[in-house]
Amino acid sequence: MISLILRTATRFLMILMLLFSLFLLMRGHNAPGGGFVGGLVAAAAFALYTIAYDPAATRRALRIDPRAFIGVGLLVAALSGQLSLAAGRPFMTGLWATLSLSGQERVDVGTPMLFDVGVYLVVLGVTLTILLSMSEE
Amino acid sequence: MTAAILSIFVLALSAPYLHRLAGKRSGWVLASLPLVWTLYFAVCSVPIASGESLSASHAWIPTLGINFSFLLDGLSLVFALIICGIGVLVVVYSGGYMAGHPLQGRFYAFLLMFMGSMLGLVLADNAVTLFIFWELTSVSSYLLIGFNNDRKEARAAALQALLVTGLGGLPLLAAFLMLGQLTGSLELSSWMTQAQAVRASPLYLPIVILVLLGAFTKSAQVPFHFWLPNAMEAPTPVSAYLHAATMVKAGVYLIARLSPLLGGTEAWVYVISAVGAATMLLGAYLAYQHTDLKRILAYSTVSMLGTLTLLLGVGTHLAVQAAVVLLLAHALYKGALFLVAGSVEHETGTRDITRMGGLKRSMPLTAAAAGVAALSMAGLPPVLGFVGKEVYLEALWRIPAATVLLAVAVVTAMLTLAVAGAAGVRPFIGEAASTAHPPHETPPSFWLGPIVLAGLGLILGVFPVLVESSLLSPACAAILGGPLEVHLSLWHGFSPVVGLSAVSIAGGALLYATHARLRGFMSRTDFMFRWGPARCYELSLEALDRLARVITRRLQSGYLRVYLLTIVATTVILAGYTIISRVSWAGAFSGPGVHPHEAVLAGLIVAAAVAAVFSKSRLGAVATLGVVGYGVALIYVLFGAPDLAMTQVMVETLTVILFVLMFYHLPRFGAFTPRPARARDILVSLMAGALVTGLLLAATRRPLVPRLSPFFADKSLAYGHGRNIVNVILVDFRGLDTLGEITVLSVAAMGVYALLKLRMPKENSK
Repeated sequence: MISLILRTATRFLMILMLLFSLFLLMRGHNAPGGGFVGGLVAAAAFALYTIAYDPAATRRALRIDPRAFIGVGLLVAALSGQLSLAAGRPFMTGLWATLSLSGQERVDVGTPMLFDVGVYLVVLGVTLTILLSMSEE
Repeated sequence: MTAAILSIFVLALSAPYLHRLAGKRSGWVLASLPLVWTLYFAVCSVPIASGESLSASHAWIPTLGINFSFLLDGLSLVFALIICGIGVLVVVYSGGYMAGHPLQGRFYAFLLMFMGSMLGLVLADNAVTLFIFWELTSVSSYLLIGFNNDRKEARAAALQALLVTGLGGLPLLAAFLMLGQLTGSLELSSWMTQAQAVRASPLYLPIVILVLLGAFTKSAQVPFHFWLPNAMEAPTPVSAYLHAATMVKAGVYLIARLSPLLGGTEAWVYVISAVGAATMLLGAYLAYQHTDLKRILAYSTVSMLGTLTLLLGVGTHLAVQAAVVLLLAHALYKGALFLVAGSVEHETGTRDITRMGGLKRSMPLTAAAAGVAALSMAGLPPVLGFVGKEVYLEALWRIPAATVLLAVAVVTAMLTLAVAGAAGVRPFIGEAASTAHPPHETPPSFWLGPIVLAGLGLILGVFPVLVESSLLSPACAAILGGPLEVHLSLWHGFSPVVGLSAVSIAGGALLYATHARLRGFMSRTDFMFRWGPARCYELSLEALDRLARVITRRLQSGYLRVYLLTIVATTVILAGYTIISRVSWAGAFSGPGVHPHEAVLAGLIVAAAVAAVFSKSRLGAVATLGVVGYGVALIYVLFGAPDLAMTQVMVETLTVILFVLMFYHLPRFGAFTPRPARARDILVSLMAGALVTGLLLAATRRPLVPRLSPFFADKSLAYGHGRNIVNVILVDFRGLDTLGEITVLSVAAMGVYALLKLRMPKENSK
């Protein structure tokens, strides 16, 4: 079942949804959002693509096997906790730095945010792995 | 010391690569590191002999008192020298013996891993460190016994050794933890200062029993002796190294190490002496009736381990002296004899002593080494074994009312002499037997080990003064917990002990002469051993298998609905029982008032849930379930939990998408189960719903811990640099939980992937 309207809409929607998922990920520390829901939204974007096209097209669009996201995500999350070890603090102690942007804007960045990126990647990878392998059945 | 252990482990890891680089010379190359450490420990004997001890400590988990702390005193020095010194020779020997084996590199890796573990074991001064190295020796022994893993017997023997020694490891850990509780420390050296308190404690007897279980299983004492002969499935260098010279002595080491702490009481002396004496006699008897060269040596090792245990149990000054001398002598001669056995098998293709003879002409160097080692084993002058046996008989003679022990010792000595002759002399004399291929003298890597070991036994026998004050005295002092001067000599002058010795030699010679005839007669007594501990081991393994089969057949039906039903019903029964019995329900249903729009939403969710149950089509069921999910999300919004609501909406959406993708692949939608089963399912579902409701009501009836909410509200920005408390909790305050959760999620995804993708084609599955 090929729907031209769905396919055309998907091209725009998907980019919007992926951007939105990154938005959720980045604002998560201070406002509703976060890595978990961000990863789910990103997965939903690819799910939409799978419905409009087919699983093989999604794999081509991803370029990377979704299982790789899981591994990289776990690695990022685990390593983000190790950084504090290098600083002589216990495992998973948050390390923070304040970045000054142009003007008076100041942004805190720290290892827990990196950890959230890991969560995002794992959730995206897990959902896509299940989704794609099921739809390829 | 730490460097010694670490560097050997590193060498173990890199051994396969080094082997590939060095090729045929790999044995000589890899032996250089243990050689360096042998020299290091030999140099260390100078400060040790003057009464000092070397120690090193590295913090590991200091809050629990667990450290990588090491102590080099007289006792650990003797062991370290044996481990590194014989290790050098065994690695060189492996270079020849294992040549051409496709996995020779891996063999080196396992062997060196064992060497590092054993060295760690004897140097460890922290109970947990000691225990870890103790278990590592069991693991590496498992890998080495089962090295030829295409043989069923090798696999079974490896598993047996692992199970028996592992079985003893757990009691040992328990004993260590008890001692830790009792003394407030896990450092062995600080235990020694509290010996009085430990002996007075009611936990003393349990501790002794548990420690001895560990020691007896490791050192193959009756009734755990059966694993050692079976371990002869290992390649011969392993038998020489692990199962003669080092690992099996770990139990003896433990008894010696803890003697100052636990020793000297009646329980200690009687249990250890009795078990040691029984092991010593049984081992010698069984050695005498076998014809397989390696098995003979294995049983005589069991016998010697019994002797060492007996002597440490007796614990007098002379007995401890004898134990240390015999320990060294046994490591030297038994290592040599095992290596000789490997050479002989390599050349003749057989291990049956009745099928070899006259080898001294074709293998003169090997024969010379075997002869000297056999002298030491038989306890004949002028070798170290004789010196040890004299002290040992005298030690037993001196303790009052030990006639039984003395008789056992003399009979054992006779049998051992006969066995030494049968294993170390007879293959080399007499008529040349016809073998598969004509034997030749072996290359240097083969005869170096036996010659060096046997030669050392001879030199030390003639000049015991070489090691008296540098090695033996400090070792005895460490076992006794006080200084002791050791003086040895080949000839003590005429005394009753010399008479005993002469009797044992004469009897042994007689037994040797009649070996062939007596052996046949004795093998008829085999029926006595049919119900021995080995049989118990087999029976208990079979019983375990059968139990596992029964349980699996009951629980693993393969139907998802049965699993779900089991899980839910178990939860309902266990948690439900607790709730009903522990929570009082007075006024449970008087909550805050419900707004009209909340009531409408709740009604909608309930209606959708009911509709899902009665739906006639799958699409209807999916849609109504979706209504339930989105309704719950709305409730989250109403009660101020936007994060939860968002996640719920996304999960709901993705679930529906999954359903849509799978729609055409799912089986016919209809009622599969008969009516009674449905009634049961309804009952369980209702109970599950009631349980969750009850849980919620019970939870909200308790006053919330008032500190938590303000803490997170206050500290979220200060500590976590974020204003979204939920997120800060997830990634920072409770970050470890989240790490665990995403790991579980990943494993689940792998499971789904494996189920769907890695299904083997039907025709391949059989």
